[in-house]
Amino acid sequence: MASEIVPTSDLEPGGAAPSGFEGDRSSGSLGGVVRGYVDRLRGGDLGALPAVLGIVVLTLLFYALRPETFLTPLNITNLIIQAAPITLLAMGLVWILLLGDIDLSAGVVSGVCAAVSAQLLAQQGAPWWVAVLAALVTGAVIGLFTGTLVALIGIPSFVVTLALFLAFQGVTLRVIGQGGTVPIRDETIRGLTNSYIPVGAGWALAAAVIAAYAVLQLNRWRTQRSKGLDSQPLIVVVGRIVLIAVIVLVLTGILNADRALSRAVELQGIPYAIPVVVLLLLVLTFLLGRTTFGRHVYAVGGNSEAARRAGISVTRIRILVFMLSSSMAAVSGLVAAARLSSVTPGSGGGNTLLYAVGAAVIGGTSLFGGRGRIRDAVLGGLVIAIIDNGLGLLQVSAYLNYIITGGVLLLAASVDALARRRAAAGKS
Amino acid sequence: MTVPHAEGGSPILELRGVDKSFGAVQVLHGVDLKIFPGTVTALVGDNGAGKSTLIKSIAGIHPIDGGQILFDGEPVSIAGPRDSAALGLEVVYQDLALADNLDVVQNMFLGRERKHGIILDEASMEQAARETLAKLSVRTLKSVRQLVSSLSGGQRQTVAIAKAVLWDSKVVILDEPTAALGVAQTRQVLDLVRRLADTGHAVVFISHNMVDVFEVSDRVAALYLGRMAADVPISTVDRAQVIELITAGRSGDIGLAHISEGV
Repeated sequence: MASEIVPTSDLEPGGAAPSGFEGDRSSGSLGGVVRGYVDRLRGGDLGALPAVLGIVVLTLLFYALRPETFLTPLNITNLIIQAAPITLLAMGLVWILLLGDIDLSAGVVSGVCAAVSAQLLAQQGAPWWVAVLAALVTGAVIGLFTGTLVALIGIPSFVVTLALFLAFQGVTLRVIGQGGTVPIRDETIRGLTNSYIPVGAGWALAAAVIAAYAVLQLNRWRTQRSKGLDSQPLIVVVGRIVLIAVIVLVLTGILNADRALSRAVELQGIPYAIPVVVLLLLVLTFLLGRTTFGRHVYAVGGNSEAARRAGISVTRIRILVFMLSSSMAAVSGLVAAARLSSVTPGSGGGNTLLYAVGAAVIGGTSLFGGRGRIRDAVLGGLVIAIIDNGLGLLQVSAYLNYIITGGVLLLAASVDALARRRAAAGKS
Repeated sequence: MTVPHAEGGSPILELRGVDKSFGAVQVLHGVDLKIFPGTVTALVGDNGAGKSTLIKSIAGIHPIDGGQILFDGEPVSIAGPRDSAALGLEVVYQDLALADNLDVVQNMFLGRERKHGIILDEASMEQAARETLAKLSVRTLKSVRQLVSSLSGGQRQTVAIAKAVLWDSKVVILDEPTAALGVAQTRQVLDLVRRLADTGHAVVFISHNMVDVFEVSDRVAALYLGRMAADVPISTVDRAQVIELITAGRSGDIGLAHISEGV
């Protein structure tokens, strides 16, 4: 039967506004930007807002409860070193979550990779770079295996990684052997979290980061403006640069302050793990935002059928993402091992994964795929580390610590789910 | 609304005896079809007649089992979406295949991004998207950097069609572009369909709406139970005949000779 389509509603009165793309021009004003931001919030895209609020509120809370200890340079340095492995793991998980998948084995993969590298150092006396390379390769191979099971065989990632979560704990146990703990004595790897950039060099590095950011942002703005493309007003771009500059300078100032407890020694400087995190943040942000690969990851997460029809190999993208994520787990495992100066059979187990997933979600990455950025891992990692660190200072019982951290993840997931519902409702 | 010159020309796309089965079920039986440049061909047929399978076969999503596809007179093999895109075949599916979390420009260039080395060339993509939309006289978009999730149904259809013509495509296949659209939006899309043909594209237009079919089409091809019942200039048939072809596969002396139910 050929059914006649009876038009029922007039969605868009056409021809009312003769000029197209007026939004591109109105977004050039400050008011337009603010309106756009409020619209996005209303539409359910909260961006970095929950994480930033979380950082501010939690900092104030713990400062009020522990005014002597929480905001000291020593504790802030501790907190940042605590955040580093969580953030690094979350930076990989953001990619997995962007696809709408999950990797429950990411934590124990970081343990396996750290164990491989610790054994190479301890048993073979390998140089540090061989150990690091071995960890990265182990991560990539594990990712290839996981990704193949998920993308090629078609087992849900939840099931694959749940099984591997158990299996890899066995692998770590086997690699470490009967000894129970493998100490890490290599100065370079231990130095990631235990040695510090000289104060002068730290300031120079901070200045370089700010300068590079400013040049990139202004350059992009100028290009957009000169070609008549969609661009933000200059004041917003400058404001963003100033904000980044203030954050970098304040953090550098805190980390460069003498935080030794006794007057006799000097303890100051940026731990080497920080530039590692910043470098990976920049590289992965570039990969996700400025390359075809990143664009295709978003597309697969947003509508994998559309991606497939556009000629994108969804299988390839998914396997590559699992490899990338597991390699980041390896980096995270190395930093965690450096912090503890050892690898144990329990490395990467416990709440490691929960913290990392929590970090990504709190930062604004959606569990439903398609929405998220690398910086989410940094912001969310800080929130998690503040909670962990603050509860430690309060000497909260272990049971309460678990309950609170689990509760925070649930809260973040609820915000994500509600935001998504709101976005879906707003579309009709 | 016929375009006389097209009738004399050679088809840009020709199907000869195309077969397609899914497992034991044969969906297409020896389908012949000719698509001419500068012409709108309406592809009509009842639900389950094989329209979707036919266009997915042309697009390479379901490669054909038997028969031949000729493009510009040359036999071609279309094994995947990339093959069809390389030939200049673009399909706008009913579900539009847009990624909600990407903006208009990103969607239009999805899978075929322009690059400077390894860096995406956003500036040139944004300009090209804007030019294409302007050429199609699209005036309903606020910004080409809007997320597709914030667009209305008609705007999405427009973006999907603009995406198809961005590629210098020779054949544009539209799967029920006016279903679920309001009066003004339908008008705009039909104008767009006509403009596509007038700029030299061969357009295949799938629709259930006879008013739309007779308004924009130059030819009509009717599928009946996986067989091509007729592929004729629209001036040679009337509305009742087309409906008969859709529902019975035969109308007077045009249509299928013998129809055994149960194929």
